[in-house]
Amino acid sequence: MTLLEKINPAGVENMIRQMAESLKLQLGSDYQSAKMLGIKTGGVLVAQQLHEALKLEEEAGELNISFYRDDFSRIGLHPQVGASKIPFSIEGEIIILVDDVLYSGRTIRAAMNEIFDYGRPEKILLATLVDRTGRELPINADVVGRSMDLPHSHQVKLREDMSLEISQR
Amino acid sequence: MTDIKPQQAITKPDIMRSAQRDIQLTDAGDLKHFLTIEGLKKDRLIEILDTAESFAGANGKAAKKVPLLRGKTVANLFFENSTRTRTTFELAAKRLSADVLNINVNVSAVTKGETLLDTLRNLQAMQCDMFVVRHSSSGAAHFIASHVEPHISVINAGDGQHSHPTQAMLDMFAIRRNKGDFSNLKVVIVGDILHSRVARSQIHALNILGTGNITAVGPKTLLPQQMRELGVHVRHDLDGALVGADVVIGLRLQKERMRSALLSTEDEYYRSFGLTARRMRLAKPDAIVMHPGPTNRGVEIEASVADGPQSIILEQVTGGIAVRMAIMSITMGNIEKSLAAKPGVQP
Repeated sequence: MTLLEKINPAGVENMIRQMAESLKLQLGSDYQSAKMLGIKTGGVLVAQQLHEALKLEEEAGELNISFYRDDFSRIGLHPQVGASKIPFSIEGEIIILVDDVLYSGRTIRAAMNEIFDYGRPEKILLATLVDRTGRELPINADVVGRSMDLPHSHQVKLREDMSLEISQR
Repeated sequence: MTDIKPQQAITKPDIMRSAQRDIQLTDAGDLKHFLTIEGLKKDRLIEILDTAESFAGANGKAAKKVPLLRGKTVANLFFENSTRTRTTFELAAKRLSADVLNINVNVSAVTKGETLLDTLRNLQAMQCDMFVVRHSSSGAAHFIASHVEPHISVINAGDGQHSHPTQAMLDMFAIRRNKGDFSNLKVVIVGDILHSRVARSQIHALNILGTGNITAVGPKTLLPQQMRELGVHVRHDLDGALVGADVVIGLRLQKERMRSALLSTEDEYYRSFGLTARRMRLAKPDAIVMHPGPTNRGVEIEASVADGPQSIILEQVTGGIAVRMAIMSITMGNIEKSLAAKPGVQP
C-alpha cells in the first residue's frame, strides 16, 4: 500500500463546511429540522462535523448496515459495529444520509433498507465526503465534498483523526 | 448404522474433547456449527454477545425482520418436546428471513440411529441449510453434525444431559446486560446440577468469560464433588452460598427425579434449596435472579421471587431471540464464507 495523497483534518473540515452550505441551499430555510444519519463507521465521523456546521435541532443518529450488506454469501456476517441508533422518528422526516466514501453504491442501498425498517421518510438526501467513480448501482449523491476519478487499485480512507488518505494497493 | 453413544458428560477423554472442538469450526477456525461451549475461545463468545446486542437493538424497529438468511431453510428437529426453545428458534429464524420447518420426531429406541440418519438424508434432499436439534441423547447434535453435508450448519438446542449452549449464551447475554463485566461477579447456580445440561453449559461459558466466583449449590445426590473439576465451588447450604451473590440462577427441578431415590419430597427440597424472598436478602441488594424456565413455583423458586423486581426471567426469553439470531447468522455466514473460498463446492 503506497500513500499517494493525504488531505489533513483542516482540509477535510473545509470540505464538510462546503457540504453544509450546499445542504442549506437544497433544504431551504427550514434546514435545521432535517434529521441526520451517519453510516457506521466513517459516515458517523463526517456526520458529527456536518451536524455541528448545520446546528440541526435533533442529534444525529447512527446506522449499522451489516444486516443488509449483499456480500453475506461471500464473506459471512460483517464484523459487528453495534446496533443502529436512531434517536428520532423516521416517519415523514427529511433525512440527510451521510457517508465518507461513495463508491459502488451498495452501502447506500443497504442503508436505505435499514432506514425503511424504521418508517417511511418524506425524503432522503445523500451527502458524501468523497464521490469516487465506479458505481455498480443507480445511486448518486446530492451533496459531495470532493469528486475523485480513481482506478480500482486505489483506496480512499477517512482516518479517525479526520484526515483523508488516498493510497494504491 | 451406529447408534448415538451417550457421552460421559463430566469426565471425557481429551481426544474426544479435541474432536468435538474441531467439528464446530471451519478450516479457517470460524464457528460453523454450535454444539457446545466447551473449548471455545473467549473472543468467540464475545462475538456472539456483541452480535446479539446489534439484533437486540433492532427490536426498536418497526420492521423486525432482516434478510441475512433469506432463501435459507432452517429445520427445527425436535426429538424431545420443548415449546419455549423451539418457538424462540423459530422466531429467530423468521426474523432472519429464513423459511422454517418444525419437525417433531418421536423415535423408538430400537431404530433410533437409522431413523435419525434417514430423517437427515430426507431433509438434505429438501435442501435444508440448517438443523436446530433437540434430542434426549447426549451427543446427538455432534452425531448429526458429523454426518451432514458441508453446506449445512447444525445448532444444538439441547442434547441429553450434555449441553444446551444457546441457553447458556442467552444467560450470559442477560448477565452482561445487567452486570457488565464478568470478572468481579459471584454467580450462584442452585438445583439439580448433575442432570442439568443448562448448568453445565453455563459453567463452561462463565469460566471462559472469566467469572470470578461460580458456586454450585444443591443436595449431595444432585451435586457430586467431581463438579469441582469444572472449576466451581461446590456447596450444599444455600443460605451460606447466597451471601454476596450478584447473580442467582435457579434450575428447574425435573419432577421425574422426585420419584427416584435422588430426592425426598418437594417440600423438603423447597425448605433446603427453594429460592425464597427471605433467602434472597442474603445476596447483594442488586442481585439478579435467573431461571431457564419453566419455573416450578413453590418447588425451586417462590412466586414472589420469580415475579419480583430482581427477576430477569422474561428478559432472558426476549434476549434469547437476539442471541439465537446472532448464532444462526454467524454460523451460516461462516459456512458461506468457507464455501466461497473453495471453488467448485456449491452450497
